[in-house]
Amino acid sequence: MRTSALAEEIPPSGIRRYFELAEERDDVISLGVGEPDFSAPWTARRAAIDSLESGKTSYTTNRGKRELREAISEHVTRYGHEYDPDEEILVTTGVSEGVDVAMRALVNPGDTVAIAQPSYLSYEPTAELAGGEPLPVPTRAAEEFRLTYDALESAGAADAELLVLCYPNNPTGATMDERHLREVAEFCREHDLRVLSDEVYAALTYGDDHDSIATLPGMRERTVVFNGFSKAYAMTGLRLGYAMGPPDAIDAMNRIHQYVMLSAPTTAQYAAIEALESCDDQVEEMADAYNRRRNFVLARFEEMGIECFPASGAFYVFPECPTDDPAAFAADLIEEQGVAVVPGDVFGAGGDGHLRVSYATGMDELREAMDRIEAFV
Amino acid sequence: MDEDRRELLALLAEDARQSTADLARQTGMEEAAVDAAIEELESSGVLKGYQAVVDWEAVDEDRVEAAVELNVELDRETSYEDIANRIGKFPEVKSLRLVSGDYDFALEVAGESMREVSFFVSERIAPIPEVTQTVTHYIMTTYKDRGVEFRDGDDDDRLSVSP
Repeated sequence: MRTSALAEEIPPSGIRRYFELAEERDDVISLGVGEPDFSAPWTARRAAIDSLESGKTSYTTNRGKRELREAISEHVTRYGHEYDPDEEILVTTGVSEGVDVAMRALVNPGDTVAIAQPSYLSYEPTAELAGGEPLPVPTRAAEEFRLTYDALESAGAADAELLVLCYPNNPTGATMDERHLREVAEFCREHDLRVLSDEVYAALTYGDDHDSIATLPGMRERTVVFNGFSKAYAMTGLRLGYAMGPPDAIDAMNRIHQYVMLSAPTTAQYAAIEALESCDDQVEEMADAYNRRRNFVLARFEEMGIECFPASGAFYVFPECPTDDPAAFAADLIEEQGVAVVPGDVFGAGGDGHLRVSYATGMDELREAMDRIEAFV
Repeated sequence: MDEDRRELLALLAEDARQSTADLARQTGMEEAAVDAAIEELESSGVLKGYQAVVDWEAVDEDRVEAAVELNVELDRETSYEDIANRIGKFPEVKSLRLVSGDYDFALEVAGESMREVSFFVSERIAPIPEVTQTVTHYIMTTYKDRGVEFRDGDDDDRLSVSP
């Protein structure tokens, strides 16, 4: 069948090659996974099952169940947010859908969309699909992959309409505290940029609590914050996220959302209400487990003499590749040792020369994987 | 107790076979400090031992386990502690706890056959003067022991590489 020129322009995902290589062997330990190895807390799963048993299988309101929006509004106060459940919160089918409808709601054809990179893979394609022109803003290992005023300036982001950033970051594990966010906020105010802030890893920081750029002076009115249940509550497959922002932005997003999604999955919304109400302890337990694994992986890389900054969020570390060619290194590592990692350049500017290593894997496998990497280098 | 020791206990309670080096890497402690902390936890009686969680049903071996409820009547000279000391010495008794509710002691008893376990309860436990009643529940199937689910489908069905 003929497909659209627009669709033809979407490049295949850069991780595809490594996925295919990993699928060829059945003894692969994958450190290439972008989702938790835990299952969602049992009480949340139970709530989903109960909702199905009692026949709750219809649509919800476009914006999501009010009970859920109220729970979200209450939950995010821990990050210093105050959002009105009626007008300023939209429940989406994962952060992915949220980012997509935000691009469509906020980008005019030809608008420059600055994207802090390396980053999650969906920002560039969704910006392009919305008619925008992505402008990669590379971050650097020397600054522990934090976004800086200088990086924005030298990338030419002053002319951009929108800035997309994701901290705690996938793929680097970098975090940004208020002190570092201030200069980014200053740049955005100076040059009148609006911000899409993907904070889906907010619950997974190892050290200081997460800070959101939207809480800085003059930023709330120009920022849409995204968060969700995939990472913190290990609910990736339930596909549920939310966007929070000024009423006009959320309203515009909802106008698109109502036609492309109607409403986010109902079963997942029931699970999410329960997750917010009763699962803080389990989230903390999972975060503690990630932190121990993070310490372990960082220690092993240090012992191997592989340079790796002490990533303090999400469940990734981003070591320097010990060879000149990360793509070949990753491919050979799968073929020779059966360990999958992803070369950093897949995640955009600034990622070259690095590897994304996910520690969302049980300790036994992680131990084995690090032994194999050590044998390989 | 300090945070390091708590963290070590949590790690050991989850998997006691981890090497000192791995415990050190996960906690950020020095290996020597891990060794010293474990030694101290052992000698002070916080760490009582390290055991495997075994699914005996998966092993071709004659083994019967029972949960035994025990009621006792104390007199002026005898305390729960005295009775516990006497009962706990039997190697057949795998665990012994004083509990609240309808009975006093909860025991786990193991033997090679139901006959052996019954004999043990009727001939070794019941005759103790303070024991007024025993109820024996033979374990038919174990689903979970010390936090480990025995029949859990533990397969990792995630995509091997994902963004």
